[in-house]
Amino acid sequence: MKFEDLTTLRPDLAFIADWVGEGSHVLDVGCGDGAMLRYLETGKRCTGYGIEIADDKVLESTRRGISVIQHDMEEGLDLFGDNAFDTVLCLSSLQMMLHVEARLRDIVRVGAEAIVSFPNFAYWPHRVALLKGRMPVSRTLPYQWFDTPNVRYATIYDFKELAEECGLEVLEYVALAEGKPVTFLPNLRGSLAVFRLRKKAKHA
Amino acid sequence: MGSLGTVSPQAMHFAEPLRLQSGAHLGDYTLMYETYGTLNAERSNAVLICHALNASHHVAGTYAGEPKSAGWWDNMVGPGKPVDTDRFFVIGVNNLGSCFGSTGPMHTNPATGKPYGAAFPLLTVEDWVAAQARLADRLGIEQFAAVMGGSLGGMQALSWSILFPARLRHCIVIASTPKLSAQNIAFNDVARQAILTDPDYHGGDFYEHGVVPKNGLKVARMVGHITYLSNDDMAEKFGRKLRNAAETNDYQFDFGIDFEIESYLRYQGDKFSEYFDANTYLLITKALDYFDPAREHGGDLTRALAATQAQFLIASFTTDWRFSPERSREIVEALISNRRKVTYAEIDAPHGHDAFLLEDARYMGVVRAYYDRIWEEATKEGA
Repeated sequence: MKFEDLTTLRPDLAFIADWVGEGSHVLDVGCGDGAMLRYLETGKRCTGYGIEIADDKVLESTRRGISVIQHDMEEGLDLFGDNAFDTVLCLSSLQMMLHVEARLRDIVRVGAEAIVSFPNFAYWPHRVALLKGRMPVSRTLPYQWFDTPNVRYATIYDFKELAEECGLEVLEYVALAEGKPVTFLPNLRGSLAVFRLRKKAKHA
Repeated sequence: MGSLGTVSPQAMHFAEPLRLQSGAHLGDYTLMYETYGTLNAERSNAVLICHALNASHHVAGTYAGEPKSAGWWDNMVGPGKPVDTDRFFVIGVNNLGSCFGSTGPMHTNPATGKPYGAAFPLLTVEDWVAAQARLADRLGIEQFAAVMGGSLGGMQALSWSILFPARLRHCIVIASTPKLSAQNIAFNDVARQAILTDPDYHGGDFYEHGVVPKNGLKVARMVGHITYLSNDDMAEKFGRKLRNAAETNDYQFDFGIDFEIESYLRYQGDKFSEYFDANTYLLITKALDYFDPAREHGGDLTRALAATQAQFLIASFTTDWRFSPERSREIVEALISNRRKVTYAEIDAPHGHDAFLLEDARYMGVVRAYYDRIWEEATKEGA
């Protein structure tokens, strides 16, 4: 897959792919149709695995030729050894996890670095919707309150706090709007939060 | 998508003795096999299908004049099917010791001039694979595009990846396990005891007595069959339905057949005892019990799979309690530790262990997608 194809297909993924080191061993938690991992394999000489629970997504990932493991992330990452990966990706799936903290600790265990993205609940149209007394519905939160697969809502500030508590150092974060980074008032103007994290060095 | 139509088996004779894992030798033996599709000029499109306990080399298609003789994996293998014979040259081979034509306990032991019977050497999964490799040599296949199997067939595929790492590009292991559990072995031994204690078994030499330990075989099959079905599937198909539901719909108060499930199992057992060989059943269940590639690596499956070079597709079924998804995940975990390419599908299907033989859109879809990928790779390399 070419970078341009990924840019058209998923602009947010194209942005994030830039953060993954050439030749990295990658775990993509919630790999969906496998587009990201496929790009990383062909475009950046990466290796690795995708985890996906949904049958149709497993099928699409298999078609793309990535190593996809059908597995429920809620059951943890016991399949993978400590420090097995250079980078763990968890893109737009953490908000669907019941036990976010435990899952973050799993990610810390198996990877040296992590890239986590999630819909920013503090995105201004979401705030406007709440001011109007309604649950927000937007491109990053496209579901109604009663049928959404998302069970956790966070803002950029909230996530930063939890990540640090779980043993991750925030290397950088951006808020994306339409796949492009927002630098001015990101917690207000960015619909998708993307964090680049590194495992904190253990204190002796 | 169609059937292969008429197919016919072939026999390959081997004069050079095969040294078996037990230390015994099997000299002068024959393997029955079938092939479908065409081997390409590069000899790179061959797929080997390994069979499970009661199947054979007859994987797909039908025999001339026998419209009901469809192969055991006819829904999987054929033109336009997941394992597409318009693309791949598919080989089905009957394992040694089986009762469908390859040399087995019912054949004449050249040393005595009488049927081998219980004197037929016990074989392991690795022995079967070694014999299959010799067949591949004879057919001029240096490297398979894929070696594939379900259940015991999956063990053979896995074994191929360990014993002959360079001879397969893909290894497809379905509803299988890296080793049997105590419970699996226990069920196998109940089945064996049923045969061994049948007075018609005659220590394995029943051929000379002109009898068959039918009762033993029947009970063995009944026990086995229970482990192939899921509890839910059985409950749905049979529940507590009485066989005489249409008439009295009451208990009979004797030891005949009250329940539908009894009728079904006895029928399956009877049918099986008509065509299957008791010695074959014994030796195949032993091969199942002995399979444990991690054993010589201190129980470490990761080390056992360290030599593999193939890419893997592992699939399991949620309601399979014989070889549960947990067992497949052990293989997946060991492959991941070795950084092998592996795709793992856990199919939510209601039919227990037998699901690997049945039509299921998700299951067939994943296998098809995987073979499409094998094909794409092969055509890219060829270009």
